Amino acid sequence: MPDRDLATSPSPEPRRERRTLRSLVAGRPGRAQLIVAVLLAALGFAAVVQVRLTRTDDNFAGARRDDLVTLLDSLSGAADRAQQQIGDLEQTRRDLLSSSQRRSAAVAEERSRLSVLQILTGTVGAVGPGVTVTISDPDGAVTAPILLNGIDELRDAGAEAIELNNTVRVVASTSIVDRDGVLVVDGTALHAPYVIDVIGSPHTLAEAVVFPGGLSDEVKSVGGSTAVKQSQTVTVASLHTVAAPEYSQPTTR
Amino acid sequence: MIAVVGLLIGVLAGIFLEPSVPDALQPYLPIAVVAALDAVFGGLRAYLDGIFDDKVFVVSFVSNVLIAGLIVYLGDQLGVGGQLSTGVIVVLGIRIFSNVAAIRRHVFHA
Repeated sequence: MPDRDLATSPSPEPRRERRTLRSLVAGRPGRAQLIVAVLLAALGFAAVVQVRLTRTDDNFAGARRDDLVTLLDSLSGAADRAQQQIGDLEQTRRDLLSSSQRRSAAVAEERSRLSVLQILTGTVGAVGPGVTVTISDPDGAVTAPILLNGIDELRDAGAEAIELNNTVRVVASTSIVDRDGVLVVDGTALHAPYVIDVIGSPHTLAEAVVFPGGLSDEVKSVGGSTAVKQSQTVTVASLHTVAAPEYSQPTTR
Repeated sequence: MIAVVGLLIGVLAGIFLEPSVPDALQPYLPIAVVAALDAVFGGLRAYLDGIFDDKVFVVSFVSNVLIAGLIVYLGDQLGVGGQLSTGVIVVLGIRIFSNVAAIRRHVFHA
């Protein structure tokens, strides 16, 4: 039998009478009982504290090593997947950014094309450097061909927007005809003096008016006179209404 | 009777006081508890044998706890704390089993 030495009396004459659990519980209080009670209280206290400590311990403290390794593996796998997702999403973000940049560049280009076309077709007003040509015609001798030639010369000189008498915008389809001695431009009758507002390079435009055999000379040959005023701000405010094309359709670019 | 009351008081104190154990003592508390359990079962068995002596019980209780803690501390210093505490637990567990077996024979005569 082991543990004979433990908690056994060293006295040579041990009390040998048999005791029972009942006698233990019903035992009279004495010094021995008191000491045992104190020690048992310490034991119960420590046991409860330890149980509490174990319960509040970290969840992984009791896990086996294999479980922990598996857990770690799955965690690092999840981290890898998250990292890959981050990479994918960043790639998508870069794609979207560059596509939106391309988009905005295309939009800006289309805007500038639109304003060019709007000025060409005369659907918006325009302002810029240019010349104002005033043709006085006391005899009413300036005819449509003279004016048309003059406008052609201005176009050749790089005119971007042309306006007659602050009322008619001259565009590609503008017609100039004589009707009963009156100039009719796009259905609007004009009377002298004729004022041509032209936006373009002022010097080039002025040259296009006064060169020998040009508009100035032709007007002079029929008894009129021409005045050219260069300006940094010529305003072309009248508009041309564009009708939707009835027959033609744009070909695909 | 007083012994049982003392045990109850200790348990209740542990439940209601909710003391926090210092980190330095945490590895030794479970060992100390098992060592004390061993002493208690030894004392109970001695009581049933009619040879209980309170002085011996106190000495065995305290020395059990101290030696168990000392062994684990030594193991910690040597880097084999985990294995040594396992060894201490096993030895104390065997002693508790044999003591409980003796107590069982006293109580149930079997």
